[in-house]
Amino acid sequence: MTSQTSNPVGKSVPRVDAFEKVTGAAKYVDDMAFGPGLLHGKIVHSPVAHALIKKIDTSKALALPGVKAVVTGQDNPTHLGLYLKDRFIFAYDRVRYVGESVAGVVAVSEEIAEAAANLVEVEYELLEPVFDPYAGAQPGAPLIHPNLGKYEVVNFIFPEPGTNISEHFKLRKGDVSDAGVSDAVWAQCAAIVEDTYTLPQIQHAPIETHVAVARWDLDGQLTLWAASQSPFAQRDLLSNSLGVPHGNIRVISPYVGGGFGGKAGISIEANVALMAQAVKGHPVKVRMTREEEFIATNVRQSLVATYKIGCDADGNLLAMELAYYFGGGAYNDYGVNIARAAGYSCTGPYDVPNVKGDSYCVYTNHPIGSAMRGFGMPEIHWGLEQVMDKLAEKIGMDAADFKRRNCVRTGDTILTGMTMPQVDLITCIDKVTQAIGWFRRGEAFQTLSQDAPKRDQEMPRPGKVRGKGLAIMWKAPAMPPNPGSSAIVRFNEDATVNVYVGGQEIGQGAFTVMAQMAAEALGVPYEWVRVSANPVDTKYSPYEWQTVASRLTWSMGNAVKAAAEDARGKILDIVAQYWDEDPADLDIKNGVVVSYKSEREQPLQKMVVYGLPNDNFEGWQGGPIVGSGKFMPTYVTGLDPETGQGARAVVHYTVGAQAVEVEVDTETGQLDVLKVASAYDVGKAINPDLVMTQIEGGAVHGMSSAFEGLRFDAQGKPLNGSFVDYKIATALDAPREIHGDIVETPLEDGPWGARGVGEHVMVPTAPAIANALYAATGIRFNDLPLSAEKIFMALHPEGPELSCELPR
Amino acid sequence: MHHEITLTINGEPYTIAVQSHHTLLKVLREQLGITSPKVGCENGECGACTVILNGLAVNSCQVLAAELDGATIETVEGLSKDGNLHPLQTAFIKHNAVQCGFCTPGMLMSAKALLDHNPHPTEDEIRHALVGNLCRCTGYTRIVAAIQDVAGGTKDD
Repeated sequence: MTSQTSNPVGKSVPRVDAFEKVTGAAKYVDDMAFGPGLLHGKIVHSPVAHALIKKIDTSKALALPGVKAVVTGQDNPTHLGLYLKDRFIFAYDRVRYVGESVAGVVAVSEEIAEAAANLVEVEYELLEPVFDPYAGAQPGAPLIHPNLGKYEVVNFIFPEPGTNISEHFKLRKGDVSDAGVSDAVWAQCAAIVEDTYTLPQIQHAPIETHVAVARWDLDGQLTLWAASQSPFAQRDLLSNSLGVPHGNIRVISPYVGGGFGGKAGISIEANVALMAQAVKGHPVKVRMTREEEFIATNVRQSLVATYKIGCDADGNLLAMELAYYFGGGAYNDYGVNIARAAGYSCTGPYDVPNVKGDSYCVYTNHPIGSAMRGFGMPEIHWGLEQVMDKLAEKIGMDAADFKRRNCVRTGDTILTGMTMPQVDLITCIDKVTQAIGWFRRGEAFQTLSQDAPKRDQEMPRPGKVRGKGLAIMWKAPAMPPNPGSSAIVRFNEDATVNVYVGGQEIGQGAFTVMAQMAAEALGVPYEWVRVSANPVDTKYSPYEWQTVASRLTWSMGNAVKAAAEDARGKILDIVAQYWDEDPADLDIKNGVVVSYKSEREQPLQKMVVYGLPNDNFEGWQGGPIVGSGKFMPTYVTGLDPETGQGARAVVHYTVGAQAVEVEVDTETGQLDVLKVASAYDVGKAINPDLVMTQIEGGAVHGMSSAFEGLRFDAQGKPLNGSFVDYKIATALDAPREIHGDIVETPLEDGPWGARGVGEHVMVPTAPAIANALYAATGIRFNDLPLSAEKIFMALHPEGPELSCELPR
Repeated sequence: MHHEITLTINGEPYTIAVQSHHTLLKVLREQLGITSPKVGCENGECGACTVILNGLAVNSCQVLAAELDGATIETVEGLSKDGNLHPLQTAFIKHNAVQCGFCTPGMLMSAKALLDHNPHPTEDEIRHALVGNLCRCTGYTRIVAAIQDVAGGTKDD
């Protein structure tokens, strides 16, 4: 304990997990040893997108020496799912996407398991597939889930049985009907933009693929080791699906090698649990290959979005008609809530008096669309932020000014009827426009001040054009109304502190900020705190709903703060009684209890475990100090299913803005992002440098997402399930200049005013790039990804100029 | 079929029997318990399994162990000396170049191989050296900064 950081909240202290991670000591599931009894599993995936399973013959696979078991959907035909129980663990009577789990093979080695998986024979009867979410939502489309009406569903999700629509969220505000915004409102609009935008499914692409190990003890105890953002949710899902008591299921999750939502909810973990059930006493391990990770785990949903938005001549937004068709893939157990989130936030961060929004989650015969960083927000902002720029241009207003004029402010009554909690989006816009060297529409390039960045003074190189673009965003944590957090704080003899939490460290820095908050609330130096959450273990860790929704800093942070205050209160009570003083006069400073009244001091060492001795050997007072705390939002209300109106739709919003500068090679269509400037209102930066690392990493993730897309052939077979064919940004692709600004408008119920900033950082990037691309080329791109080919073809509609004759 | 090979890993001599089809990555992780090289793709695409083989950064998933008789291997486990972190490790901590940490061992080995050959690389050279190491969390900025810090400033880019 050489350095002593007092009051660490707001300071950029080092990460608590960094040392382990740079020395190779950090353990991920795949690094854990399970001994010689370990068996290996391989999942058999459907090769077809939509078919009835006529017959599964496992006899050849079972006959292979070394094979211990083969499990199919017949073994456990119960449903599984987070919000809508629409999945079987292994396909039961039909398959709905290429990659679906049909059977699981358990063998003594990976090689034998793989060989046996190839011997499982499945007879399919092909059905007509549905790939486009808009077409799939129309009457008469082939049904992917004929039993949709029979599935168990939570009370805030509204499937439409007899269709492929697994969720339909309706937002109606102002002078609107189901037919749309009234003609009277449209008549007041000086400018109206109508357009359609699309995004393909994309992959989270964490560098660690999904890994799970399961073991059933002979007494019925199930232990699951998983790379997981959701150990407690997985325990709950498995308990409900397998009929095993929660107390008999133990989920253990060490460090996670990247999540981004892909390891939220449940994926292969249930399959591995069933496979292990067939070989009780043996741990069974499945590690997804990179190809499996691309197609057979969760992906981000695709979207077809239509916008009709109008404003008056002064640039005031008057009306929005929005329809979002999310391509939810084959199972929407988690995805339904993405469409819901997109529905109650459908306007983006804008104050609009008249809104008709419809957000649908639609089954398609593609991989399972599920949670991904941003949870619907990157998808809807892609088109929305371009439409805003088009409207601004139509009425001759600068896009940044247009956004300043219309963006949500603290206290606004927003689209769902709730009052907007504390935010400052305008400052975010000001920060990023300043950082990027924004010049208002009509301002000449040369009028930039002398101190503008050097590059702004340069003209682009020959064959290159440059442009700048801006996008703003909002996002609320999308959750059930009552996701809970809990924490325990425990003192050791030397006054070091162990903090127990059930949230996961997935790279975002959660453990570090929990240590900071505990130290701050206890009054001890940061270096005295240890976070005892690696691994998160549902048998020992306090409950945490899931590591999703950018909720840990806020929710788990509140629980840690409460636990620390509980422990602090116990200490002060003991010392106050000992000194015969009022606890209100006491405080803990730097690990020492001090009295502001008597100026007495009592170090925490020893007393936090052994207590304090009375005079003359007349007994002791106190005892080991353990504090506990919880947090759960209690104020979120239901929304009217016909209008989406209600008192409190969400807990809060995080807002932000991003501006980018791009350079386009007009001869190749290659787009380079030269600079990204971001600003987010995080309420309070518990660790400013960690906020910056989120901002920087998210900017590159967002940029990369603009060039990504899963591709499929006409039968729904994935075409790019590898890093060769599906490129993610490398060190060379990432912008050299990434600027970040932190805005701090305290949140009422955030710990020290903090709110989350994990997902938001990639929400505005793709539309900001599209707006910059338009500024550079004068061409709008409505469909992601922004491939060089697509840009080239748009720049050269006549086709390439060829320098040589093509052979005939 | 088994092959007996003798090689040096992090300065320690090993004589081991390896199967013909087992990669260096598999042997390091499963046979020797050296788990800092990570399994990210097993196709030589992500760089999470990067180790230094005879002075060069390689994807250990693309090397057959049976071919390594006489080879010298370095992994992150061998970076710290006498209880002290390697300067690259210190710089990665200082610059918050670590998030989920899964790419970190591979990044460190690619960075070390670069600096071993080119102690004062330009930013371009650093980024080129890291192009085979994918990171989904950091956006690379801090990793490049950490390497620049160790390199003691860079030549003009």
